[in-house]
Parts: sequence; structure tokens; C-alpha cells
Amino acid sequence: MKPFDYIRAGEIEDVAGGQIIAGGTNLLDLMKIQVVAPDALVDITRLDGLSDIAEHEGGLRIGALVTNTTVANDARVREGWPLLSRAILAGASAQIRNKATTGGNLLQRTRCPYFYDTSQACNKRAPGSGCAAMGGAGRMLAIFGTSEHCLAAHPSDMAVAMAALEAEVEITNASGETRCVPMNDFYRGPADRPDVETVLGDGDLVTAVILPTPRAGERQTYRKVRDRASYAFALVSVAGSVRMEGDTIKDVALAYGSVAPHPWMDQKVVEMLEGETASNELFQRAAKTLVPETAPHPDTEYKITLLRRTFIAAMRQLTGLADSAGTDISRAHS
Amino acid sequence: MKDHFTMDAPQPRLLDEMKQGVIGTPMDRPDGPQKVSGTAGYAADHTTENMVHGVLVRATITRGRVRQIDKSSVEAIDGVIDVITDARMIRNPAQGMAGSAPVQPGDAVHYHGQPIAVVVAETFEAARDAAQRLAVHYETEEAAVTPETSTDVETGEPETAGDFEAAWSGSEVTVDKTYTTGAHAAAAMEPHAAIAEWKDGAVTLRSALQMVRFNKKELADTLGIDPSNVRILAPFIGGGFGSKLGLGPEAAAAAIAAEKLGRPVRVVMTRQNVFDTVLRRSETSQRVRFGATKAGKITAIAHDDRVSNIDGEGFAEPVTQASQFLYGADGLSFTQTLARIATTPAGSVRAPGEAVGMLAFEAALDELAEKLGIDPVQLRLDNLPETHPMDGRPYSARRLADCLKDGAERFGWADRGAPGSRREGDWQIGMGVASAARANMLIKSSSRVRLTGNRAIVETDMTDIGTGTYAILAQIAAEALGLDPSHVEVRLGDSDLPGASGSGGSFGANSAGSATFLAAKKIRARIAEALGCAEDSLTLQNGLARGDNREAALTDLVTEEFLEEATVKAGKTSESHFSSGFGAHFAEVAVHEWTGEVRVRRMLGVMSMGRILNEKTARSQAIGGMIWGIGSALTEEMQSDPRDGHVVTRDLANYHVPAHADVPGQMQVVFLEERDDYANPIQTKGIGELGISGAGGAILNAIAHATGRRVYDYPATPDRVLAALDA
Repeated sequence: MKPFDYIRAGEIEDVAGGQIIAGGTNLLDLMKIQVVAPDALVDITRLDGLSDIAEHEGGLRIGALVTNTTVANDARVREGWPLLSRAILAGASAQIRNKATTGGNLLQRTRCPYFYDTSQACNKRAPGSGCAAMGGAGRMLAIFGTSEHCLAAHPSDMAVAMAALEAEVEITNASGETRCVPMNDFYRGPADRPDVETVLGDGDLVTAVILPTPRAGERQTYRKVRDRASYAFALVSVAGSVRMEGDTIKDVALAYGSVAPHPWMDQKVVEMLEGETASNELFQRAAKTLVPETAPHPDTEYKITLLRRTFIAAMRQLTGLADSAGTDISRAHS
Repeated sequence: MKDHFTMDAPQPRLLDEMKQGVIGTPMDRPDGPQKVSGTAGYAADHTTENMVHGVLVRATITRGRVRQIDKSSVEAIDGVIDVITDARMIRNPAQGMAGSAPVQPGDAVHYHGQPIAVVVAETFEAARDAAQRLAVHYETEEAAVTPETSTDVETGEPETAGDFEAAWSGSEVTVDKTYTTGAHAAAAMEPHAAIAEWKDGAVTLRSALQMVRFNKKELADTLGIDPSNVRILAPFIGGGFGSKLGLGPEAAAAAIAAEKLGRPVRVVMTRQNVFDTVLRRSETSQRVRFGATKAGKITAIAHDDRVSNIDGEGFAEPVTQASQFLYGADGLSFTQTLARIATTPAGSVRAPGEAVGMLAFEAALDELAEKLGIDPVQLRLDNLPETHPMDGRPYSARRLADCLKDGAERFGWADRGAPGSRREGDWQIGMGVASAARANMLIKSSSRVRLTGNRAIVETDMTDIGTGTYAILAQIAAEALGLDPSHVEVRLGDSDLPGASGSGGSFGANSAGSATFLAAKKIRARIAEALGCAEDSLTLQNGLARGDNREAALTDLVTEEFLEEATVKAGKTSESHFSSGFGAHFAEVAVHEWTGEVRVRRMLGVMSMGRILNEKTARSQAIGGMIWGIGSALTEEMQSDPRDGHVVTRDLANYHVPAHADVPGQMQVVFLEERDDYANPIQTKGIGELGISGAGGAILNAIAHATGRRVYDYPATPDRVLAALDA
């Protein structure tokens, strides 16, 4: 680890110019292997007003420093936005969730192995050096929203749930001015600058995530498929919330994880589903619309099939088409 | 006084006659409190005054030569002492029981990730920073990094019995399938670590090593010094699984740096170093052929495999080891192909051979059963050979049939139904079976036992890699000497102590246990002499010696230390009889029909593995092996870049050993009573690796039963399961 200055921020104005650290669950790993080597770390964990969950305009305002564990266990979240609780609990491990913060989770970096290996070219780590993942081992890469400069996927589970729930990110600048950005406008696609991942400017700080009014009467799920049952990043995930009237899908909100550089959403799919009668045939058609024809890397071709099928599994669960007996993954262990 | 014992004939079952009653009991491991309280001293825990820190520098090319290392690139880093290269540095860990230095490549680079230098600094952080930033200039060469593209491929002579081709062509029903398995890492919790310190031309090395007797020679040979000037200390090892059999690059680097700097040097591999340079299990490609009569008599067996390794390593994954002795046939044939590739070298990872060979072999047998319309348990029972199919040796002890029958009964096998017939919601449920087999060995081993009063000390350079050696050697000595086990102190992992087998090949308990037993037996003879009774009438229990109507407390009888050493080695029984652990694995899985996820719902292993020395540590070993079976079947695979061969799964977040949630609550292990009289003087067999051998096969067969489809490429991750479902 390269030596660095440590600054404990007392006021929001102190954050400009340094690398912000909160829980450090991703950043410290990156610093140890010198993927990130800041001259100064600015510790924001003592800033006031960022560590609470408060009721806010019918929804919730989750402070940026609230830990993943606290959000997942919050009674209001579990009642009104169970999808968010499930998504968080599907990620990382209990130890990491105890330390990881809401803001940090949104800003975690990709797990592309080429980003983590300083012997390899990576435009996200070293702009202009190239993308060694192209032509390399790429099983975890994205299938949507990539560019010729970067194929990496965003690994967060929490952000996918928040996107489906139409959450907004509250950003405060160095002057103390606050603005809110919808989750999906918060992230930038890689284009020709994969190293720039969000709309945050210098001195900007994520101060909260705002959850809108609960989606009353909806069934919610976070369906994450991965290589082992726990402590693994998603191969693909589907966050969904559905309100049914009889057999008819009235309202649906969906977002998809580990398939793009940010939580992926597709309005066309939503439009295909709303007002229709739930059926496997409908879900098959919608799934076909959802997935791309080909993947940008041969190792992720499987994600097309897996996303299609996981989408169907999630929709069957959300619309009651699947027997409840086997749909809850925890019950697969009898 | 030494006693060299060669296992030339079955020995009386003396441990069954002794009266202390501690052998076999589920005694807690005496080192447990130290381990859970953090006071057990692992290699890197030791600190010495004036100690400095080394970090290995890895090559970032696949093949070529280090032209120049630019030390000036790191000189400005505060605390950096030196960047050391040395012709004695080693390319990779030694293979198990090598006893000599592994390849010392000089300035040559043979794979991406090879250690090429060690940076030493006053702090670990400075050394790691410098290792990361060091400028290295290379000359590069082309090299093949996949078996498919290798130009150096050698196929061995087939190992055969009978006439396979004739038997195959005459078979009424055949199965001919090809399977692949991914490369595996041992992924022990404790990364490889070493601390070296020199004094008067002799080096003391504290390192995480499984085979101290061999490691001592390996370090001496590496450094070019006499073994008498090497002492190795390895009292606690945080998991080995084969990855710490041989001396590693971190140990060589620590010794070389400590010598040059005149200060103790600690080198701990980063987790990335471990994945880059520690010996992996080769990926495999396996073609399995079974021929049979319509009535279900197997007539032909062929199991051909292709594995890989780097130039200069003699090890080739022994894929067909168990395939050669499990089932009988008129003709058997086994051929291995070895491809040379420039990647992380391959070596022993838990149950080399069986761990991957039995995935394919037992899956192919399951397909044969399906084709024949015969129950898979019955097909196995119907084809157990009278004697070893390749050489005709009788089995020393084999309760495989009992294991299969007992397991089927306990598991509810009879209710399993037709393939694809059972579901719960979107989950399809299935059951699978596989035989378990792992060849058993006895390796030359010495042990010393000292008795004063009612307190004994056992001394050997044997290691405890988490397996329970401290417990079982205490139990053996306590049983033989009539002592409470808490009165037996066990000293391990010091090369100044009598040389043992070390931990590997599941032979540690057999070998070090037998030596300890024989040394204790010599002490029994001296006690009998002191008491004035015949040795065979002596009874020792709770510190009292009785015999021929005499009785005395050991505290009165043994006022001056009795010290005996014994050495055991394999003899004629290993030629006259074939010894192996056997068992049967059963698994029930749920497969999600839409996502291809697999969840193991329950597992059962019924095993016959000779005398059980400690019911608790044996069970832990067996369960641990079965969890490895889950990993090999479902989750574990080292992935590498297809262009330069570098490992891309370089940490425990991306190399997927099973997590707790992958392991079902019902992991049942049953030991069938057995004594293997031909194995060794204490009638034991190896345990650790039998648990994995076949366990994954049962899971894969359960997937086939659940879905009616077979996966041929392992691990069976969701993408591969879906490909099979869609096929």
C-alpha cells in the first residue's frame, strides 16, 4: 500500500479533492493491490446527518453512512420495500454488510478481474491502456451498455433493487447545495471514459438515497443467480415488484443486475407486461425482447439464456404462476 | 533404542485388547482451545527482534527472461532495504515427498505469476508497495497456455488387463462419454508463509509445511547446504490439502534474504501469490467407456485422460487411480496424455486422481445403469471384482458392498422414483449414488515416546494440518500406556524430532500413528520388565500396571524416564494385498428448472476405513471431504486467461469454495466397523481423502436423476446446467 494522508472530514466542505472512505470494504482491498493509490483519504464517517433512516415525503431517506446491515434489518424497509432488504442480504457476507455503507455500496467498483490486476490493460483503472478483458476470460462481464473501451459489469445488488424501486440519489456539493438524481441517471455508461462511472463531480458527496412511497399491495422479489449459494457476485439478477388484479398484471417495476455497467432497466418489457394476463407464454415473449441477440464477449453468451430464464422464474414467482412450495430459494433446502 | 518394523505380516489387534478405552472415542482435540483463542502459533505469527519483511515479485510475462530489474524504481520508498534475486530461488513449490529442490529457473520465466525476486523492507506495507511498483524488463517468448494449443503433448503406454478391444467390441451395451473438469486450487485458509533466521551457518525456518522430513532436505538442496544445518518448525498449519507438501518459493526467498541481510526475514504470500504460484490441480479431459452384457455384467472398462503440467514437473494428476480397482471387467485399459503448458504448475490437491477421476467414472457408470435399466446401486454391487482387476491381488479389507447396501437403506434410496419424476414448485428433485475409493498407504515414519511416572511425551516431526494429529497420537500413546490422554503431551512439526511421513495422501495417521504405537509398545516391554511380568500379561490402565499377580503405579515404577523410538515402514503385505478405503456416497439435490441453480439438500457417506482412532476428528475429515465434493461438482474452478495463462480467479471471492449456504444441514457420516490387518500395525486406513472421492459423483448423478439430463463439464455451474437442460 502506498503511503497516504488521512483526513477526517468534520464538515461537508472538507471532502473536495480527496478519495472518500466510509466503510472501506472495497476501497481498502483496491488500495492494498494498488488499483487505487490515493495521496489522501478523506474519512466521512464522522459527518453529521448521514447515519439515519428517516421518514421522508411518504418514503424513506436513507443516509449515505447507514450500513447495509441496518438498511436490510430496518422494520420499515422490510415492510414497505422488502425487495431492497432481500437484495442487500443476497450480497457479500454478514461481516462486510456490517461495515459497508449505502453510499459506498453504490460507488463500489466492478469485479472485472482485469481491473484488479495491475499487470493487465484496463481503461477503467488506467485510462487509455486498453481493455484486456476483450479476448480474455470474461464470464462475469456485461451484456448490455458496454463500449469498445470497457465490458465491465456493476456488481451491486442493492443498487439494482433501488433502481427497480425508483429510488433517487441525493447529492450534496461542497457549497452544501443538494440535488436528487434518479438511480439510473446517477451512473454513466463507459463510452470512451470507463473510469468515470457516475455524475458525481469534484466535491460532490452522496448524502442519501431517497425511497419513494411504498408500492402497496405488490409482491416483490430479488432473484439472484450465482455460482454458489452465498458470498458470490451475481451472474445475473432480477429485481421485481408486481401488483396483480386477478390474473392481470397491473403494475410492474423491474431492474436487472450484473448484466450492465449499472442497474439495467428496459421500459419496453414493462409495457409488454402491464395490463396483460400472466402466462409463461407472455413471459417468454417479454424475455425475448429483454435480452440482446449476441453478447459482446463469447464468455457471456450464457448470460443471454440465463437472464431470459431468470426473468421468467422471477415473473412466475411475482405473479403466482410458480407454486409457492419451491419458489423461495431458502426452501430448496428442505 | 530404535526399533525398525517392516509390515511384512498381519499384526495382532493389540489396540482392541488394551484397557484404557480411549482409542476411537470422540475426544476433543487438545489443541482446540489454542486455535479458537488465537494462541496457536502459526508460521507468520512468530516475530523475532530485528525481523524484516519480504514480498514476492511476480513475473508479468508468460515465458522468457528477466533482462533487468530496475532497483532504482523503488529505492525512494521509505523502508525498502533490498530487492533480491538469486539463482537459488525456486520457481514453484516442491512436489510432495520430493526431498530435493524444485526447478531453480535463474532469470528464466516459465509462467505468468512466477516469483522472480523478493523485495525486503522494514515494514510489510513498504515491501508490498515496492513489489507492486518495481520496474522489470523482460525478453518474451511465445508459449502455449492451454492443453488444446500445446505442441508438447505426450501419451503414455496404456495400462491394461485382459483384452479391452475384444471385450469392448463384444459388449452388448456400451457407454462412451467425454467429461471435463476445471483446475482446482487447494485454497487453504492460511496463506503460505515463512520466517527464516540464520545463526552460525545454520538456518531455522518456520513455515507452513506438511512434510517436515522432506522439506528439510528440500531447503538444504535449494540453498546448497548440508541438511544438518537446516531446522524446520511447523507446529501448526492452517490447512494444507496438498498445497503445503513441498517447500515453497516464499520459504526459499526468506532463507536467501535472511542470509544476505543477516536479519530474520518473514515472507508471507499474498492471496494472489497463492493462486498464481502454488501447485494447482490440473484441469482434465476424460473419456470413459463401459461395455456390458444386457444382464448388467460389466465386460469392458476404459478410462483415458488428458491433464497438463509445466515443463520440469514430474507430477501428472493420477486421474484413473480408483477406476483401476473398483469394478471388474474382461478387459480394462487406462491411458494418460500429458500436455505441457506455461501456466501455474500442477501438483497434489486433496485426493489427487480420485477427486476428479471419480466424477467422470461414476457418472459414466450411472449412464450405463440407466441404459441397462438396472438400479445404480445394484449395478455396482453386481460388478465388484473378487480381486484387484489389474494385478489379481486380494483386497486387504473391503466393505464396499456393505457401504452401498447400508447407505441405500439409510438414505431411502428405494423411494427415489424415475428420473425427472419428482418436483417441488419449480425445483426438480433427484438422488444420486457413487462409490468411494481411495488407495491406502503406509509411509516410513519414526516416533519417540518418553514416559516418566504417569506422564508421557510423544515426539515426531509429523504435522497437524487441522486433521487432528495432536489428538490421535495422544490417544494411541494413552491407550498403549494406560494413561489419561491429558497426561500425554504431543510435540510435532520440528525437524529435530524423529522423521515421520508427514501429512499427505491420507497416510499420516497410519504411518505416524503406527510408529507411535510401536514406540509405546517398546515402553510396555520395559514396564513389564520393571514389574516383573510377561509382556503379554501386562495390563496398563489409569496409571496402574498389572500382570502375573503383580501391581504397581507407574509413578512408582517409572521414576526415571523410559525413552523408546520406533520406525515403521511398508513391507510384504503391501505387495501381497491391496489396501484401500471404500465407501458409498448418496446425495439429494434440487435443480431449478428455469435458472439451473443446484442446491444439495442432503448427503450421506457410509465408509469403511479401517479402525477409527478418533470418532470426532474422523467425522470432521469425512464431512470436510464431502464438502470438497460439493465444490468439485458444483462451484470450484480456477479460470485463466486463454492468451497468457495468468490466473484470473485470484482471491476467495472469485475462486468459489462452497460457502456455508452450499452445505446442507444433513451431512451424515456412518463408519462401518473394520480392521485392516494388512495395512499397518494399528489396522487403520487413510480417512481425509475418502470423503471427497466419489462425493461429487453422487451429486452429479443426482442432477441427472432430478432433470433427466446430464452435465459433462464440471463444475456444474448454472450456465452449464442450463446448457444441458436446453440440449
